[in-house]
Amino acid sequence: MSKAELLLLDFWVSPFCLRVKIALNEKCLQYEARPEDLFGGKSELLLNSNPIYKKVPVFLHDGKPLCESTIIVNYIDETWSSPPLLPPCSYGRAQARFWADYIDKKVFDACGNVWRCKGEVPVEAKNEFIEILKQLEEALGDKDYFNGATFGFVDVIAIPLTCWFFSAEKIGGFTVAEECPKFSSWMKRCLQRESVAKVMPEPEKVYEFVLMFRKMQGID
Amino acid sequence: MEGAVVLLDFWPSMFGMRTRVALAEKQIKYEYKEEDLRNKSELLLQMNPVHKKIPVLIHNGKPVCESLIQVQYIDEVWNDRAPLLPANPYKRATARFWADFIDKKLYDIGTRIWKTKGEEQETAKKEYIECLKLLEGELGDKAYFGGDNFGYLDVALIPFYCWFYAYEQCGNFSIEAECPKLIAWAKRCMQKESVAKSLPDQQKIYEFLLQMKKAFGIE
Repeated sequence: MSKAELLLLDFWVSPFCLRVKIALNEKCLQYEARPEDLFGGKSELLLNSNPIYKKVPVFLHDGKPLCESTIIVNYIDETWSSPPLLPPCSYGRAQARFWADYIDKKVFDACGNVWRCKGEVPVEAKNEFIEILKQLEEALGDKDYFNGATFGFVDVIAIPLTCWFFSAEKIGGFTVAEECPKFSSWMKRCLQRESVAKVMPEPEKVYEFVLMFRKMQGID
Repeated sequence: MEGAVVLLDFWPSMFGMRTRVALAEKQIKYEYKEEDLRNKSELLLQMNPVHKKIPVLIHNGKPVCESLIQVQYIDEVWNDRAPLLPANPYKRATARFWADFIDKKLYDIGTRIWKTKGEEQETAKKEYIECLKLLEGELGDKAYFGGDNFGYLDVALIPFYCWFYAYEQCGNFSIEAECPKLIAWAKRCMQKESVAKSLPDQQKIYEFLLQMKKAFGIE
């Protein structure tokens, strides 16, 4: 498949775009990741392809747009079946979708509630974030990955969000490694995978972005 | 696919209705258990410890939570009849996109219609109609969102229809006047037995809403 047939409208620090890149990498697919200037001016292609939300990621397969990262990852898994990201049995898939939905509803916002704070971060915000990670630790149990013995759908959905955790840690004054060691081990395990390592930005670079964003929003 | 099916639900819940419709479409026999949300059962708290919410679908003793996930699960397990999701991956992704849009928007905006007054309520009404108009656009000239056949997105949206009357009464507006095509679609769905027997009467929903408003201290 030529590169031009798979196009991702991208933003380097977006964990949602990272999900798509990791899924494509897992499937060993060639694609073009085209950066969007979210602050300077979104492209015509982005605005036309995602008129409802006008957001990245947008994944174009032979020119046909798909929006919403979890839906895109699902599509990639269904269209290119090897290696499978979702488990084979219906109940396992329902469980995977449940945790992907939980992660979507909770993690990024709770992390943001810490790094967006002006001044001292309230203990409630820190605790809420940690509690969510502890819930995910419980879901992980003794498995190497959320998917089981192999890296899969929920891992793809979760791992990109973790490059933002360093920013929450710096601003909130805590570490995920200390509060949620199992989760931290899972993070390290995923970061060893080439599909993940070759696209994940350095947490320190994300922190620089967060500081710039805070200044832009008048928080700092 | 054999095995006991139990649904923990609350009769006015649009989310529970989705699962009821899916089960009815597939002609699956199940035990319906009504939950008192002010006094949740041990079973509910055990089966959905993360969110503690209805609906919960229990199949062979194992819980599936979140209505759209339940509908997909039902579609996959009972895959020998009345398919809900399309076979084509791009069409599936499109159906999921719009179901997700419904989840992100309709419930919260609808709640603002009955909870607020004045300018806030006017804004909520306007936003609600805008969402419905976008969905009308997606429907186009098709009989159902699924095309010729009732499908996943139809299941995701139709429960909201039984709440329209209550919103119209609270907000003093007509959804049919603004979105005639969508109402025509809804009436078409209501002719299906699986839908008609799964959705409560709109007058009962309105009475329930009036009770809720009283409980919230809203006139």
